[in-house]
Order: sequence, then structure tokens, then C-alpha cells
Amino acid sequence: MAPLDNAAPSRRGLMKGAAAGAVLLGFHLPSKGALGQAAPAGQVPEVNAWVVIHPDDRVVLRMARSEMGQGTRTGLAQMIAEELHCDWSKVTTEYVTPGQSLARNRAWGAFLTAGSQGIRQSQDYVRRGGAAARIMLVQAAANRWGVPAEQCSARDSVVTHTPTGRTLRYGEVAAEAARLTPPAEVPLKAPGAWTVIGQSKPRLDTAEKTTGRLVYGADLKMPGMLVAVPRRSPVFGGRVRSFDAAAVRGRPGVRHVLQVGDSAVAVVADTFWQAKTALDALPVEWDSGENARVQQATIDAMLTEGLDAAEAFVGNQQGDARAAIAGAARRIEAVYSYPFQNHAPMEPMNATVVWTPTRCDVWCPTQNGEAALAAAAQAAGLPQTAVDVHRMDLGGGFGRRTTHDWLIDAVLIAKQVPGVPIKTMWTREEDMVQGRYHPVTKCKLTAGLDANGEITGLHMRISGQSILSFVFPTALQNGRDPVQFQGLNPGGTEGAIGYTFPNLLIDHAMRNTHVPPHFWRGVNHNQNAIYLECFLDEIAHATNQDPLALRRKLMANHPKHLGVLNAVAERIGWGTPPPAGIHRGIAQQMGFGSYVAAAAEVSVSNSGELKIHRIVAATDCGVAVNPRQIEMQVEGSFVYGLSALLYGECTVKDGAIEQTNFDTYNVLRLAEMPKVETIVMPSGGFWGGVGEPTIMVAAPAVLNAIFAATGKRIRSVPLKNEDLRRA
Amino acid sequence: MARLNVNGTVVEVNASPDTPLLWALRDHVGLTGTKYGCGVAQCGACTVHIDGQVMRSCTLPISEVTETQKIVTIEGLSPDGSHPVQVAWRALDVPQCGFCQSGMIMAAAALLAEKPRPTDEDIDAAMTNICRCGTYNRVRAGIHQAARGGITG
Ligand code: FES
Ligand code: FES
Repeated sequence: MAPLDNAAPSRRGLMKGAAAGAVLLGFHLPSKGALGQAAPAGQVPEVNAWVVIHPDDRVVLRMARSEMGQGTRTGLAQMIAEELHCDWSKVTTEYVTPGQSLARNRAWGAFLTAGSQGIRQSQDYVRRGGAAARIMLVQAAANRWGVPAEQCSARDSVVTHTPTGRTLRYGEVAAEAARLTPPAEVPLKAPGAWTVIGQSKPRLDTAEKTTGRLVYGADLKMPGMLVAVPRRSPVFGGRVRSFDAAAVRGRPGVRHVLQVGDSAVAVVADTFWQAKTALDALPVEWDSGENARVQQATIDAMLTEGLDAAEAFVGNQQGDARAAIAGAARRIEAVYSYPFQNHAPMEPMNATVVWTPTRCDVWCPTQNGEAALAAAAQAAGLPQTAVDVHRMDLGGGFGRRTTHDWLIDAVLIAKQVPGVPIKTMWTREEDMVQGRYHPVTKCKLTAGLDANGEITGLHMRISGQSILSFVFPTALQNGRDPVQFQGLNPGGTEGAIGYTFPNLLIDHAMRNTHVPPHFWRGVNHNQNAIYLECFLDEIAHATNQDPLALRRKLMANHPKHLGVLNAVAERIGWGTPPPAGIHRGIAQQMGFGSYVAAAAEVSVSNSGELKIHRIVAATDCGVAVNPRQIEMQVEGSFVYGLSALLYGECTVKDGAIEQTNFDTYNVLRLAEMPKVETIVMPSGGFWGGVGEPTIMVAAPAVLNAIFAATGKRIRSVPLKNEDLRRA
Repeated sequence: MARLNVNGTVVEVNASPDTPLLWALRDHVGLTGTKYGCGVAQCGACTVHIDGQVMRSCTLPISEVTETQKIVTIEGLSPDGSHPVQVAWRALDVPQCGFCQSGMIMAAAALLAEKPRPTDEDIDAAMTNICRCGTYNRVRAGIHQAARGGITG
């Protein structure tokens, strides 16, 4: 069958329609640095295009990054529209496919949507895309009138010849514009002249999310489609020893009972329920291997050993912290830990695949179209040019959909049923036990204090899992994982520590286990911020200093870190008495290019019940593209971070993850959600991320407030395991 | 063969009696606005109305639903997205990824039908759906805004 002629909302079909009915204004690849390239003779003039303008003035802006709820689609459209001077009410967007990009020498740059970089890493070239298109549209109108382009201006999709007042709509000149040579120089507006960037534009994709009409990957339907439900070895690294297909083959709707690679089985049926119930009934024998001996306690013991190990990778070193601590008048020491977390996006993993010996098409939600293409092609046994990935909006990503284990299995299933569209859908249970988990670590912090209680040296020893060693071992630096030190680095634009200590040592004893770690919203900031910000709070209390005052002393050389901290302190009323029964905590951190701080107000009842009343968050992300979207991301990141703080914990038993659904991996609900006040304070001159940064300060601010409320220092999360009654 | 009254139309569903209503709606009736998030009545992504009451459809076998019971899904809440909850949701940009939002909207609509001016406590009690993107504060604001818009149930 022809996969593109079916009921699925084929992105390719959309692209064809766009090309036929509209003109694409070309400009050059970000990778090539120039801004225009002539269309190959005989083809529609759509080389390297970000901007499509239909004759009726509809504007279609093309997207390489994925929309997963974080508002990237709207933010990037604002970037292009700012320079295009188009009528915002006529703007829509469409995804390009990685196959199209590959065929055009990566015309659309990177597809990766992670690390809070969807906007900040592509803002320059997408703005230039909009600007180049505008210059060509104006030139086309000027040519029509026979006047110099300098006498013309563009606004709201209309070009005006200023001396005569004549006008032409973009849709009227788009075809001519597309034939022009793209400009060699494409200047961008100064930030002070922006009228679209910085505005809280409503999201472009809200309406269809309120009617149930948005088609997610899980919702795809194609003629003749079958549904596959897979199960992998519950013990990571285990294999299928045998399975009794005959036991379920006769069940209603069951079409195929398959082995998938070495480690998984799948039932393919007419519907999800038929496949799932048959899979539940399928007898499978696993060869779990050595990993079946791993228990949570053995992992914990391994991490504890690393806390005092002689060898460790250095992340930040100033002076001689060990000597300073050895010679200190007083020492403070504490051990913290952070558990495995599951991403648990609301939409479980899924992918729809049509495989034939010569062609493979995939429809799926992914955070990285290009990586999905590479993974699918390899699994399909086909060159990338014979494969394409048609992206669907994500029902959540949080990092889980930057890796494609689920897609590879989906292709391996479809390959066994050639020509038939197979929608592979994970159950929530599969999603829980086959995750890629937030890494597990412990941290021993030791501070040396002088006779006045001033810090003379700080040693922060992290012991635990390295994400890069599992995901990108080639990115390790002589074995060292630089990502481990997020927020703790001596400098840089991504995640620099906000304090100056006379002597400092931050090092990492890498201790890996068989549970696959991965990037999880906030990544290593989640624990690093708890470790450092809570330990500083400990020092403040041990030395009778105000936690804010102590930080300020250490932050003199870090004005941007201090700026956001001061902002939340002022808004929460730090230094003034809180309402009766309410207690406060603060924290700050820099990550993903942005400076963030939080101040929390909590109460803890006599029976130990925690209520988080209010969190004030400040973000200095350099440039604020859409303040309302930033507010939404701050609130959302708090829900994600507080879910982990309150409930999130995956544990290992006999080599497998024990938590199988939201009943055992609980998350924050609406009733527990604090009031969130967001301060967006862009100081200009840099582009920081917004999807992740604030997650890292929510947990330490709340933990510090819990100490203020109870006198109990919680050093291990989640809080569901802790007794919060006053000490 | 089960007969279900979905959004005002009686449809015949050729599925085994243990099939949850969620999957009958999605795979047999073809209405995919109702989502699967957990299958164990934890998350509320599958929320529909049955005779006006919220129901998590993932754990309700079709054998327990009769033809006289009126099932309303997100697709049937309003013909054109004009239900006050949907209007408020758009005004406040409530959804992020949107995957939980059909369930959120159905739960909110049922709450407002029962309590046209819900308090924060009412909202806390009624809105137990999971949203991993973290739209809770906007959900709360959206319900208040819809209530102010005057809903009669
Ligand atoms: S899918 Fe029904 S409650 Fe989660
Ligand atoms: S909007 Fe994404 S799960 Fe709620």
C-alpha cells in the first residue's frame, strides 16, 4: 500500500500542498552561513525555505524543532514574524521532515528539542530567515512599481511605496519575490525595535487542544492499520528465552505474535485492547542474566562507596579545599541523595511504521527528528534517503523522546509485517519499567569553617551515574562526564556556579549501574541544586547566619545570580516575619543559560503534613520571547520538580524497576499546587532557556523552608518516605 | 455486540464485553479525543461524562454500560468548542502539550454543571486529573473564569 495516501495527516502531503499552492521564499542554510541559494532549475522555488506565503496572504512558517507543550512553535513563529513583518493573524506553522532536511543539506539546521534550546540555539538563523524573506518581498514590490526598494516599507503583510502610498499584499508579490536572488546581507532589528518578540502572543496551537481534535501519535489511524503492544525484558539487558505464541494466537483480533530483537516480544492485533490482553496472557520466559541480582541496596552501597573513593573526576577546583578543610577550626559534613525518576510523559511511547523492502515511513512524537530518522533507518535496514519521519506533536517529552529505543522496536515489529501500517503503543506499565531514568547519585559535602564561622573550604563529592557514559560515551572527556557538574562549573554561559569560595573542590566518582540513565527535565541540576543549596542552608543555620545574608557574601562576583536571588527575596518579603505558621526557604542556580531563583513558603502541621503555599520564582533568561509562555513553563517546571520532590522515586528489585503505574509512581495533583508568582527579568544580551531552569530551584527552596518549619534537615528525597513532624 | 449512546448517537460496537469504554471509543467508535494515560483510573486522561457524571472510561467495561446511558466525550461537549470551559481554556492558554486536557476539560465541565460557582476547595476535590506538563494553576483559573462567564449546567 502507499503509506502516504491514507488517512494519516501526512506531513509530506501537507508539504506538497504548500508547494503547489504557494511560493516559498528561499534563503540559505544556517550551516552555510549565507542567506540565499537559487532553486534548482525546473523545480518550484522552495530551496531552504522557512517562509511560505500563499496568494491569499496566509503565512506558513516552517519548524524543525518539536512542540511538546513548551510553546516552541509559537516562540519560533514570533522570531520569524518579527523580521518578516507579516500579519500575525494569518500565521500558521508546519513541521519539516528530517528527510527533507537531509535532502537539502540540513537546510533547517538541528532538530533537537531539548536542553531548553529550541529557541535560543536557532533564534539567529530563523530571524534571518524572516528578514531575508521580507527583503525579497519588498524588492519584488519595488520592481513591480519600478522604484527603489529603499522607498518602500513592509508592515502586516503589505508593502507600501511611501512617496505615493501605493500598496501590494505579500500574497501578490510572493511568486516574484521567490525568483529574486536572496540578499547577501541580512541585518536584524535591534531588540529595542521588536514588536512581536517579547509579546505574550497566544499560542498558535491551543484551540485544537481544547476540542480533542489534535491528532497525537497515539491517535493515528490508517486503513488496514494494526496495533502492536510490546513487552521488553523487565530486567534491563535480559533476553527472551522462549514464549508460547500458540497460547494466545487464537484470541480475537490477534494477527501476529512476534519476537522483537533479542529482548522483547509483541502481540499485533486489530485493536489495542486485543493486543494488550493477549500480551498479558502470553507466557514468556526471560533470561534475565546477571543484572537480575541487582537490588536497590546494592546500588546504594555502590554509591556510598564512591563518596570516599580515592579517585574522582574534577569538575571545579579553586585553591586547596582538602587542606583548608583539614586545617579548619570547625567542620560540617552531610550526605545527600537523589533517586531514579521516570519521565512519565502523559502520552506513553508510540510510533506508527510502514515498512517495505524499499521504503520506511514513520509517524511519531519525537524531540529529535534527525535522530529518529537515523534510528529508524538503521532498524529498517534502509538508507536514510529511503526513510522519513513525520512528526506528530508530543504528548509530553521531558527528555524521554530524545532517545529512540521505542522507535527501533516499532520498526523491528513493522518489518515483520511488510506493507502494513503498524501502530506500536506502550502500556503505561511498559513506560514505567522501560524508562530512561533520571540518574541516581549521592553527594557528600564537607565544609571547613574558621573561628568566625566563615567558610574556608568546601568539598562536594558526587558519587553516581553518568548520563553521557550511557548515552554519548564519545562525549566523555578522558572518562569525565562534564554534564555531571551542571550549575557547578567554574564559569561559562551554560551553568556556572554562583558562589566564590576561598577553596573549592567539586568532583565526581562515576558509579554506573545497569539501569539506563537519561536527560530528564532539569537533568543533573535537579540534584546538584539540592545538594549545594540545602548544604549552604545548613552552614547558615550552623553558624547562626541568615541564609540570604550568607549567600550574598559569597555572591559578590556573581551579579546575575544575585540579581534573581534578590528579586525573589524582595517579593517574598524575606526579612519580614511570615504569616503565622508559615516558613520560608530560598535557593538559586544557573542552568541552560538562564539565572533562576525561588523563594518558598510552606507550613508543616503537627501531624507532619506539608503544605506548600506559595513559590516566587525569578528568571533572567536574557531575552524574554513570550512572557506568558515563560510563566507557563515556570509553573509547569515546578509541578514536575515538586512531583519528584514529594513522590518521585523508582527503585530496583531483582534488576527491574518496581514502580509500574501512577499508583506507585505518584505525582503532584492540582490540590497540592502552590500559588506561583513568576518574575521575568530579562537583563538582555544573551539567550537563556526557559523550559527547564526553574525546576532546579523549586525543590531546594521547599526543603529549606521545611527545615525552617520543622528543624528537620531532609537530605534524601522523595518526601513521602520522610517523617516531617517537628524534630 | 454492545450498543452505546455516544454524543447523542447510538452506535454498535463489536468488541468483547471486557473491553473498557475508553478503547471502545477510541478503536471502535473512532473518537480519539479521549486519551489513554494509565488504564488504572489514576490519571483522568480518559474522563468522559455518563449521564452527566464524570467517569474514568479506562476501567469501565462496555458490558456495564447500557444503551440508555448517555455518554458524552470531548468531541460531544460542544459542536464548535464553544462550551464555556473551552472558551476559558483558550483565553488563558491553559493547555501545554494538551494530552491531559480532554480529561481536564470534561472534569471541569462536570464540576461546573454541578456547582456553577465552585470554590477553590471544590476545585481541589474535583480536579484530581494528572497533568505532567503542570497546567494546574491555569486549570484552576480557567474554571473560575468559565464560572464567571455564567454556566447554567
Ligand atoms: S487512562 Fe483512565 S484514568 Fe488514566
Ligand atoms: S498539558 Fe501536557 S499533560 Fe497536561
